[in-house]
Amino acid sequence: MIHTEALTRTFRVGRESVEAVRGIDLDVAEGELVAFLGPNGAGKSTTLRMLTSLLPPTSGLARVAGVDVVARPAEVRRRIGYIGQKDGAGHNYRVWDELLMQGRFYGMSKSDAVESGSALLRTLDLEALRMRKVSSLSGGQKRRLDIALGLIHQPGLLFLDEPSTGMDPQNRANLWEHILRIREERGTTIVLTTHYLDEADQMAERVVIIDHGRIIADDTADALKRKQAGDRLTVVVRTDSVPRATALLATEGAELASRPDPDGTALSIRVEAASHAMPGVLERLRAAGVDVVAASAHQPTLDDVFLNLTGRSLREGEA
Amino acid sequence: MAIALDVRNVWWRETLTIVRDPFSLVFSLVQPLVFLGLFGPLLSGLAGNGELFGGSSLQWFLPGVVVMITMFGTSMTGANLQFEIMTGAFERMLATPLSRASLMVGRALKELTPLVVQALVITLVAIPFGFVFYPLHVVVGLVMLGIFGVGVGALSYALAIAARKTEWIFWAVQQSLLFPLLILSGMMLPLETGPGWMQVVSKFNPLTYIVDAERVLFAGTFGSLTILWGFVAAFATAAVGLVVGIRSIRKATI
Repeated sequence: MIHTEALTRTFRVGRESVEAVRGIDLDVAEGELVAFLGPNGAGKSTTLRMLTSLLPPTSGLARVAGVDVVARPAEVRRRIGYIGQKDGAGHNYRVWDELLMQGRFYGMSKSDAVESGSALLRTLDLEALRMRKVSSLSGGQKRRLDIALGLIHQPGLLFLDEPSTGMDPQNRANLWEHILRIREERGTTIVLTTHYLDEADQMAERVVIIDHGRIIADDTADALKRKQAGDRLTVVVRTDSVPRATALLATEGAELASRPDPDGTALSIRVEAASHAMPGVLERLRAAGVDVVAASAHQPTLDDVFLNLTGRSLREGEA
Repeated sequence: MAIALDVRNVWWRETLTIVRDPFSLVFSLVQPLVFLGLFGPLLSGLAGNGELFGGSSLQWFLPGVVVMITMFGTSMTGANLQFEIMTGAFERMLATPLSRASLMVGRALKELTPLVVQALVITLVAIPFGFVFYPLHVVVGLVMLGIFGVGVGALSYALAIAARKTEWIFWAVQQSLLFPLLILSGMMLPLETGPGWMQVVSKFNPLTYIVDAERVLFAGTFGSLTILWGFVAAFATAAVGLVVGIRSIRKATI
């Protein structure tokens, strides 16, 4: 569905040139659900805009839905759906008018556009709002209308740029429910950008982490967490048992770390399947005479992965 | 023709705002009527026996008002676009296969759509006051304004894209160009009585040729070179506007 080689984009800001995207090599197969994850300014949106032909690459190659984005941009646009960061529907228009005209822009006949538009309004719970002015819709409703606008021509490939930015958790969940249902019905390949860790973690089957214009990791969320961070097991012990606990934990797992805790000292190690390893470790600690005050198993998040890869937390960069 | 279909679709989407809210059209009739009703009598008073205008001052002034509303309307093309750049609707349309030229031409034509109604209404209102109506000539005049208006619309569109990060610049440029162009075309007051430099400058203003041609047409004449020059100015403006406009869309990263 997507194939890129050394895709690069440089912007000129005043006299300086800023390398927003520095050589992206990416392949996305049909039916995949891929999230570009990274902090603001990492080059996610710029990459997406090149893939959707909205921005010409400075160098490199990109074929989207079998078409070269530089040579035949209009043909790429015909084959894909694009949902941008901002409201796609004009505020002074009515919901149904915008949807029908969008279908016409893609060269659909009126009856085809009516059929596809009606089905989308049903799927997206927008039927009752058909004749409403777009400006009167709520944020969540506008976003669902954007999804309809992006899918009216039934593209096999859908791009979403920060689809849920600024939405409350309930609306986000609702939006995702709709997106996933449509994907199930149509087998649409979906590529999205996000800086929400949990969104990439829960929704995407494949997470492409982008930082400073480069892909720094590309795998399933589970594999990334396993390979890049791993589970951690933490126990809090009284200060007088620290030496004994340290000696024992060093044999149980790797990367022993300690930090002060209100109840004593927190010691943590990297182990596999921390929650399963915990009972055995606690037993052995007690047998060695260590007084354990508290214990926790920490499953890694994508933030741990990002931290491990870059030395920075993604949360700091969150808007 | 795929482009013609694109233009039609963009034009119709824009026009739906009028169709769904026809009151805006009624309101748009107020301005030309005010000009005609309040400025017209001043002119005839100024002219005394009316010699300055080659007969009836109404016959001289009405085509000027039609040109004026064309300029007001089409130079606003970019203002509506600015709003759509802000909301994201423009980007959404850029991501469709619509041809870039159709995005501009369709929008400019929408600004011209009410013009047909406006021109017709003020013409009909003027008839009882001695205006002589030549329907065929007026139609040709409107076609010329349509071509010219597409050019002005495209330039306004390019201006909106250029000023997309600082909106007030659009209005600053639009306003500071609009009135000098209107005055220096002899649209509101005849330039014949003005100083020599104004007459010289007006020769470089494409709008002058449009206004002159419209006056000849509204007076019921076809056999005049002035009309030909009017069309030359209209086509030249359209060509320059479209070239500048399409270049600005291609270069823009919204």
